[in-house]
Amino acid sequence: MSVRTLPLLFLNLGGEMLYILDQRLRAQNIPGDKARKVLNDIISTMFNRKFMEELFKPQELYSKKALRTVYDRLAHASIMRLNQASMDKLYDLMTMAFKYQVLLCPRPKDVLLVTFNHLDAIKGFIQDSPTLLHQVDETFQQLTEIYGGFSAGEFQLIRQTLLIFFQDLHIRVSIFLKDKVQNSNGRFVLPVSGPLPWGTKVPGLIRTFNNKGEEVRKVEFKHGGSYVAAPKEGSFELYGDRVLKLGTNMYSVNRPVETHMSGASENLAAQTQESIAPNPLAKEELNLLARLIGGMEIKKPSGPEPGFRLNLFTTDEEEEQAALTRPEELFYEVINIQATQDQQTNEELARIMGEFEILDQPRRSASKGDDLLAMMDELQLC
Amino acid sequence: MFRRERSIPLRGSAAALCNNLSVLQLPVRNLTHFGVVHGPSAQLLSAAPEGVPLAQRQLQAKEGAGVSPPLITQVHWCVLPFRVLLVLTSHRGIQMYESDGSVMVYWHALDAGDASLVQAVFARGIAASGHFICVGMWSGQVLVFDIPAKGPNIVLSEELAGHQTPVTDIATEPAQGQDGVADVVTADDSGLLCVWQSGPEFKLLTRIPGFGVPCPSVQLWRGTIAAGYGNGQVRLYEASTGTLHVQIDAHARAICALDLAPELLSAAEDTFVHIWKLSRSPEGGYIEVEHCHGECVPDTQVCGARFCDPSGSSFAVTGYDLAEILRFSSM
Repeated sequence: MSVRTLPLLFLNLGGEMLYILDQRLRAQNIPGDKARKVLNDIISTMFNRKFMEELFKPQELYSKKALRTVYDRLAHASIMRLNQASMDKLYDLMTMAFKYQVLLCPRPKDVLLVTFNHLDAIKGFIQDSPTLLHQVDETFQQLTEIYGGFSAGEFQLIRQTLLIFFQDLHIRVSIFLKDKVQNSNGRFVLPVSGPLPWGTKVPGLIRTFNNKGEEVRKVEFKHGGSYVAAPKEGSFELYGDRVLKLGTNMYSVNRPVETHMSGASENLAAQTQESIAPNPLAKEELNLLARLIGGMEIKKPSGPEPGFRLNLFTTDEEEEQAALTRPEELFYEVINIQATQDQQTNEELARIMGEFEILDQPRRSASKGDDLLAMMDELQLC
Repeated sequence: MFRRERSIPLRGSAAALCNNLSVLQLPVRNLTHFGVVHGPSAQLLSAAPEGVPLAQRQLQAKEGAGVSPPLITQVHWCVLPFRVLLVLTSHRGIQMYESDGSVMVYWHALDAGDASLVQAVFARGIAASGHFICVGMWSGQVLVFDIPAKGPNIVLSEELAGHQTPVTDIATEPAQGQDGVADVVTADDSGLLCVWQSGPEFKLLTRIPGFGVPCPSVQLWRGTIAAGYGNGQVRLYEASTGTLHVQIDAHARAICALDLAPELLSAAEDTFVHIWKLSRSPEGGYIEVEHCHGECVPDTQVCGARFCDPSGSSFAVTGYDLAEILRFSSM
């Protein structure tokens, strides 16, 4: 579909990830300076110039597996650690939140306002870091340069591409259920009232014209909803009132993040289709992934700073339980590539590895290509 | 008044595309065929009158180079004078099958060149006109294929230039035979409508400019063009002159599907399906529209809607993420 969707997908999912991590860091009483460092490290990795360059190239969307791998890496860009169950839950929440935002966008173009809402909030997390602020502002500018001139048709294609990516995901999120924006069957509520998209008139009028273009008749009809015209258009400037609330932070210390695993996923056939992707596809995707991740500059921890584990659940027991009872159809498979015999692939991986700095203890391995593959494997185990 | 009938289950949910439901009525065999796009596959199924599903088949988009499997953009039955073909458009090309989807009779690969590096490349918009099948392109071109009465000897007969932005939908009606009478309408992402007369060489009769919003769905019937727009409006034009006759503020979100048979059906992402009665006023001769019925499909972003019988007394609806075809019939 649209080849301009990845930046929007990545930035919005990243924004949701930061909202959730921020809430959990505070709920778990992590000291302020440590918490700030975690968020700073992640944001700095996200907005790294080389990474952004790769991200903004026109390209097809990655598979869900591949994208999940990117966020695994991103979440571990600092001293914070997440167990598999917590990482799964984090990813569930991120994806359902953005799916909700895309679906509820009044106009396809409003997905850009949602992105700007996320960026505005991200800037709020890094007020004390002028270099980082500048990086985010640069990304803002890039977004405006690329998407500012897009037509309504191009945004409609982006919207369709995003919705196809999120198709068949019906994980129930407590905060959505409580706010009555999601039904107990996992589907989002689509209200038939409220403000209209900018540029849409209130439904209910039929106007008839004659051959000279003069209006000859005006009739009203009952359209069934209860809409009002939009008060004003959201701002697409660097600073401004976005008007739209979608994409702003819905979590606070008092609103815990929980998910229910929707038991029987409705379209198992659709989901197994994804996980049995043939190997050639996986190889090419690994190349793209490696290029993208290669642009992430992960900082080594300075000094004897100890790491800590963040839990997305209220207790450790809950986290263990969640890992054991996760329905099979909701397993996220992180890319697990068998060591390929492909010489070209290994060379390319080796080149990218040279741009990497691995956080953990160095492994003793024969080739640099093996390091990357081993790292990918390790992500699956953590 | 319409009542909800028994739904027909789908193997896979419907994708968030426009015009995502094709219906082939076979009254002689007491059957109705339905076609819905899921994503990389499309599902065909046939049902008996009460909506009892009888047979189903899944078709895949033909593979090609690329990171992810190609996505289908539309599936549509084309009724020609001597045969019915099923056409599938995707990001790789155009696939044509016998009407039950059992045999592929023709494959046309998209010639993207370097375009695929910077923009989405796909075919979209399918309609039959006489013995031609017209298919739209991301580039704005419309390909015209000449279809023989039987067999796979399908030939690309013409490439129509009229649009600069991706084609969204194509509508046709049987040719009147007289010169200058429109029988094909093509629509695009900018809202532009091109009105043509089919033939060995298609002739562009008139253009109806857009107004900044896409026109995802268009219909043509008895010289009247019905166009649905991204801002929820439905507009009716005189096909021969391009004159605007009716403007309806019909929906609160983008329109995704229209059908015309003889009533007008409009469906949009606002969860509503509306039915309108069209008539010609006795004086003036211009088109009049009356709202007949509105149906809300709760919490469903509708993506396809079609009448299921020639009198318009029943219709079917598909929605994003919904793994069933909803059916309604008048009481």
